[in-house]
Amino acid sequence: MTRREESNRYDGEILSGSERTSEKVYYFGMQEGIRLKEMLNSACQCSLVSRVVIFGGTHGNEMSGVALAKHWLKEPSELQRKTFVAEPCLANPLAVEKCVRYVDSDLNRCFSEEILRSPESESDPYEFIRARELYQKYGSGSCLYDFIFDLHNTTSHMGATLLRCSADDIMSLHLANYLQSSSGSQSMPCYNYLIDIPKKDNVYLQNIGKHSLCLELGPQPQGVTRADVLSRMRELVNCGLDFIDLFNQGKEFPSFETDIYRVLSRVDYPRDSDGEISAIVHSGLQDKDYVPLKPGHPIFTTMNGEDLLYDGETVVYPTFINEAAYYEKKVAFISTEKVHLKVPALKLETGAEHNGTLQ
Amino acid sequence: MFRSTLKVLQQSSLRVKFFGSIHNPLGSVVRAVLPDPSSVYMLRRWSLVRTPGLAVNMATSSSHSAVRRVAIFGGTHGNELSGVLLVKHWLKHGEEIARRSMEVRPFITNPKAVEKCVRYIDTDLNRVFDNQSLSGDQKGKVPYEIEQARKINSLFGPKGSKNGYDVILDLHNTTAHMGATLILENSRDDFTIQMCKYIQTSMAPESCAVLLIEHPGVKYATTRSIAKHPIGIEVGPQPQGVVRADILRTMKNVVNYALDFMQYFNEGTEFPPCSLEVYRVLEKIDYPRNESGDLGAIIHPSLQDQDWKPLNPGDPMFITMDGEVTCYEGENTVYPTFVNEAAYYEKNQAFAKTEKVTLMAQALRL
Ligand SMILES: [Zn+2]
Ligand SMILES: [Zn+2]
Repeated sequence: MTRREESNRYDGEILSGSERTSEKVYYFGMQEGIRLKEMLNSACQCSLVSRVVIFGGTHGNEMSGVALAKHWLKEPSELQRKTFVAEPCLANPLAVEKCVRYVDSDLNRCFSEEILRSPESESDPYEFIRARELYQKYGSGSCLYDFIFDLHNTTSHMGATLLRCSADDIMSLHLANYLQSSSGSQSMPCYNYLIDIPKKDNVYLQNIGKHSLCLELGPQPQGVTRADVLSRMRELVNCGLDFIDLFNQGKEFPSFETDIYRVLSRVDYPRDSDGEISAIVHSGLQDKDYVPLKPGHPIFTTMNGEDLLYDGETVVYPTFINEAAYYEKKVAFISTEKVHLKVPALKLETGAEHNGTLQ
Repeated sequence: MFRSTLKVLQQSSLRVKFFGSIHNPLGSVVRAVLPDPSSVYMLRRWSLVRTPGLAVNMATSSSHSAVRRVAIFGGTHGNELSGVLLVKHWLKHGEEIARRSMEVRPFITNPKAVEKCVRYIDTDLNRVFDNQSLSGDQKGKVPYEIEQARKINSLFGPKGSKNGYDVILDLHNTTAHMGATLILENSRDDFTIQMCKYIQTSMAPESCAVLLIEHPGVKYATTRSIAKHPIGIEVGPQPQGVVRADILRTMKNVVNYALDFMQYFNEGTEFPPCSLEVYRVLEKIDYPRNESGDLGAIIHPSLQDQDWKPLNPGDPMFITMDGEVTCYEGENTVYPTFVNEAAYYEKNQAFAKTEKVTLMAQALRL
């Protein structure tokens, strides 16, 4: 890959390394069409994926991933592919045992520099300790895993949401595209989802790997295992592993265009002076994840039956509508925008180029 | 299975007039002598239309004293949010549930569990209203819910006494696809049967099943059991910790119909004899488990969301991670309910088997 002296749109730093340079392809819209064309002519190269980890039970009451990880820990053969090693891991075993989201603190918000680097202390919440353990084992130094799958469920009607937290991870974008195109499902279609945050502000478990994808499947109530959701998740993980295997074998994945849903803002429930919820998600919005929300449409209804309307100026795509775990986070739904993306081709980098372009 | 159940029914004092199950040879015979209940009368929320002459058994009618005190319990399970939100709302704005002829008192039964949005703190509040727990001779540290149960018993009971509340409506949600469900504890409680009938008729065309949890071997010791006429209102599907507008509306309608019924009754409206189709609990079915007690299989996709639908011999119930299917091996059709309820994993219950039974209630008047 040719080195490009482009600035990082987050903090203005000059990018280096193949992971970071790939960010430049994110020309939302077509304003930068000329450079885009140039970019699209050369394939993005990534190094061989040799270690993969599949996390289930990051939230202990999201049962599809819990059941799958438990199963694979006993019978790992399903995860084996020719070109790499994949291992399952129950990320929050104590929360799984208690069938709760977390014991002291949301594990999937504990992977900040601050928590990972701070010295251990007696008074640390359980999840801080667990986060450091996982980081040690899968995310640091020579232990850095090449690809992380993190398995989640939501109570929202989000189908099979392929959630990424790093705009510049081309590999996971290709993997997501592979899932989208090779595994059809009427009831649980794939959606490409991006929480576009700088790496330094990323507190999610998937942040610790080199590449990562979070599978967020719903609707499924907390503490419930539905066969349909479970088999869909299983199919997606297997399909993802197939993709990595093909990539490792040298298959080149051509450039493609896709739509992604990019997080814009979080919308809280209306609350009264005591901070109690004073209105609930309107039945017209309930279960309408990824359906365009137009200005003037009802989003909440008060206990007295009064409708509250969306007063934004643009069409947004609401997601995580009425997610059980987000009541305490003061999120009724997360609005996203639909962004059209051109993604360059992907292929396995050769050793020489690897040495030449990295560092 | 069915034969033994039949025996149990005959021995017990259940007032069961006939079985709705098509596999029951008695069913068709007995059914023929009963009029179609819908032809007896038709009830709507604001009007009561009766067709005199068609009603059976007019000679016998049970008279009850007026309903004076009614409680509406929310948050018996702290993460079942429809009841939590409705009761919290009614505590501030009571107009909607006010009725002229009686006191209606909304009450949050497990405030600590509500605050933490969990089912319970120490133990399931809805299983501790037995005499032993309520009597207070338990030694050592008392679990929060037992403490709370005693408080509730003194406010709305005491259980089994004349001083108890007349009616308690206890609001619950389930993750199972049960729609609106009324839970009846006593097959001989004509007043509550008539109330269920009224609610069911008023809810139509929306379905409203009645689950009879009376069982010779199991006593549930529910929170509402301290009232003279307890009724559970269970609406689903709704995940724990979520409030859905549609489920909330259904629950609100059920509560209002129940209150309307009591108001009509207090005003002197006579309710003709009725029959009520209920699903009677037979037994709970656990998940298949492996040697270590862990789940060995999950609910089969063809049983998921099929609450109240017939489960026939040979129909799949469970599926393992390796795709192995466990089928229903009973001899008779049963009606599963509470299929894949989140809170019942720890109670070793994948679903409950029920059978259709028709209860009769005498005419009811003040
Ligand atoms: Zn999660
Ligand atoms: Zn409940």
